[in-house]
Amino acid sequence: MGWESWIIATLSRTLAYGTPLLLGTLGEIYAERSGVLNLGVEGMMIMGAYSAFATAFTTGNPWLGILVAALVGGAFSLVHAFATITLKANQVVSGLSLTMLGLGLSGVLGRGWEGKPLPVPLGEITVPGLSSIPVLGPVLFQGQNLLVYLTLLLVPLLWFILYRTRTGITIRSVGENPGTADSLGVNVARVRYLCVLVGGMLAGVAGGYLSVAYRPSWTEGMTAGMGWIVIALTIFAFWNPVMGLVGAYLFAALYHLSFRLQPWVAPELLRAMPYAFAILALVLVARGTLHKRMGAPAALGVPYTRGEE
Amino acid sequence: MKGLDSFRVERRPDPSGGVVVLVSLLAIVAALAVAAGLFKAYGVSPVRAYQLIVHGALGTPLGLTETVRRAIPLLLCGVGLTIAFRAVFWNIGAEGQLLLGAIAAAGVALFSGLPDSLLIPAMFLAGFLAGAAWGLVPAILKAKLGLNDVITTLMMNYVAMYLVEWLIHGPWKGTQMRGFAYTDKFPDAARLPLIPLTRIHWPTLAIGLALALLAYILVTRTRQGFEIRVVGENSEAARFAGISHVKTILLVMLISGGLAGLAGVGEVAGVHGMLRSSAQISMGYGYTAIIVAWLARRNPLAVILTSLLFGVIMAGGDVIKSSLGLPFQLINVFNGLILFFLIGSEMLMRYRVSFSWRRR
Repeated sequence: MGWESWIIATLSRTLAYGTPLLLGTLGEIYAERSGVLNLGVEGMMIMGAYSAFATAFTTGNPWLGILVAALVGGAFSLVHAFATITLKANQVVSGLSLTMLGLGLSGVLGRGWEGKPLPVPLGEITVPGLSSIPVLGPVLFQGQNLLVYLTLLLVPLLWFILYRTRTGITIRSVGENPGTADSLGVNVARVRYLCVLVGGMLAGVAGGYLSVAYRPSWTEGMTAGMGWIVIALTIFAFWNPVMGLVGAYLFAALYHLSFRLQPWVAPELLRAMPYAFAILALVLVARGTLHKRMGAPAALGVPYTRGEE
Repeated sequence: MKGLDSFRVERRPDPSGGVVVLVSLLAIVAALAVAAGLFKAYGVSPVRAYQLIVHGALGTPLGLTETVRRAIPLLLCGVGLTIAFRAVFWNIGAEGQLLLGAIAAAGVALFSGLPDSLLIPAMFLAGFLAGAAWGLVPAILKAKLGLNDVITTLMMNYVAMYLVEWLIHGPWKGTQMRGFAYTDKFPDAARLPLIPLTRIHWPTLAIGLALALLAYILVTRTRQGFEIRVVGENSEAARFAGISHVKTILLVMLISGGLAGLAGVGEVAGVHGMLRSSAQISMGYGYTAIIVAWLARRNPLAVILTSLLFGVIMAGGDVIKSSLGLPFQLINVFNGLILFFLIGSEMLMRYRVSFSWRRR
């Protein structure tokens, strides 16, 4: 393989694998910015993957599958929102139970769907003209699906909302100091519910992308810890959507490159690498900051009750 | 039509033991009620399914012993987790720590060449140390760099899982096991004795019960136990009282990881007699133990009861799998639901809830 086609293949796989990571990370950034840690990403993603596949398989419409994945992910996240915001339950434990529930339920429901290929996966598109640009053309404009581009568009949009609009200020203030936000007339619970919902829907779509586009099929546990990588990426990104993009694609590139070590390193060890990378990345980030909190929203993980601070 | 008009909550002082038990039981019943819907969806009468579970796990001698066998790793991991959770260190990594214990035990059993009489003690020691080492890595990363404990412990589970896969496919692959990814069988001297006619490896059970008691004494009667609680409840106060945050975190993870490692020794030396795929060695004991510890309200002695309860659920899961043909994953659904209702119900204990209804 010539170096040019090697680079093209690597970058284009990076873009494809980084997309679900980015989707999940963007969602978790919003949830955590509002002060709610949702460790249920893995569970919401796998439910999204299952429901997208089942829907796309039955209706023959992969986009309908993605839509259902968003709804299912959102519905799942609302369980977490209810437990942690309304019932003020421990966010760590609630998120964990969401993951257990999602993995279990998708395993039970998806048993009959195992191993069936999806007849109509999400179509790959080629942008005429642009795809003939050397290197960049084939990477960016050939063989990717629309969801990859939509995800990329989400990054500036979500960044803009978070940092340049009133809505963004409200979200961040709820995550930093809910007491003050409350006294200024912000409905803390509502903001948190909405942010968790956005996070859940994006996690659902991320899962749907896996089962109707990235690998158009359903396998039990097919998210394989991606949801946990997303949590790590959220920290790595300092809760900033643009940094989330950098982190997700960097991670995807490393993940893909590690498989190039196949001739020298045992496959089982290669499969362990992404998880080791994730820890390593966090170590590097932590070493680079003097600030122990690393820019985490101050009220992250703390339930808010009026007058109880 | 009635509508919910207002829903108010107020704090109430520490709940009594009776309230705690009652609310916990209600949470479990609620989870089982929701899970009943799943049975229905599968066309199985929920009543019959639950009868089968209870009968299969408790109603026959075989079922009872299987329940106890399943409870052993849950007991060891769960006791360790109560200690970590007391210091508010989120050890989600018991699964990986258990696997490391299993690896270390297998290494000693197969390659150490120790005399027979020393083999079992050396395996337990190595298992404890390996589990503790695996647990200390996230502890150090949190204490020194402030890294999120949930993430690091979890990531290390995956690393441990693939480490096992690598060993059994690669360097440790058995010579007698044609085509299968196992290590060789352990020598007899490296197998734990069983209670006759059962699969209960009693030494691990005895160690688990003894450690539950010791852990209870540690957390209720010693200075270390007090320090662990202070660090967990109020790290600021701990700092002023001169309690070392770093030391406390390292201590709880040494214990928590070590006990999970012992559980791993029990599984390979007491049940399998070899190192094999992580899905077979552990089947999620480390994750289930989180619920076991949480349900026990972080009380190490109560873990004896809660681990048995989840032993029933796991043994019952085997029964509905074999006699009703339902997938074993139903267990995860159960577990997730129970955990949800548990934490949801905690508010019922900590707060008074008042509803008022309005007519339309």
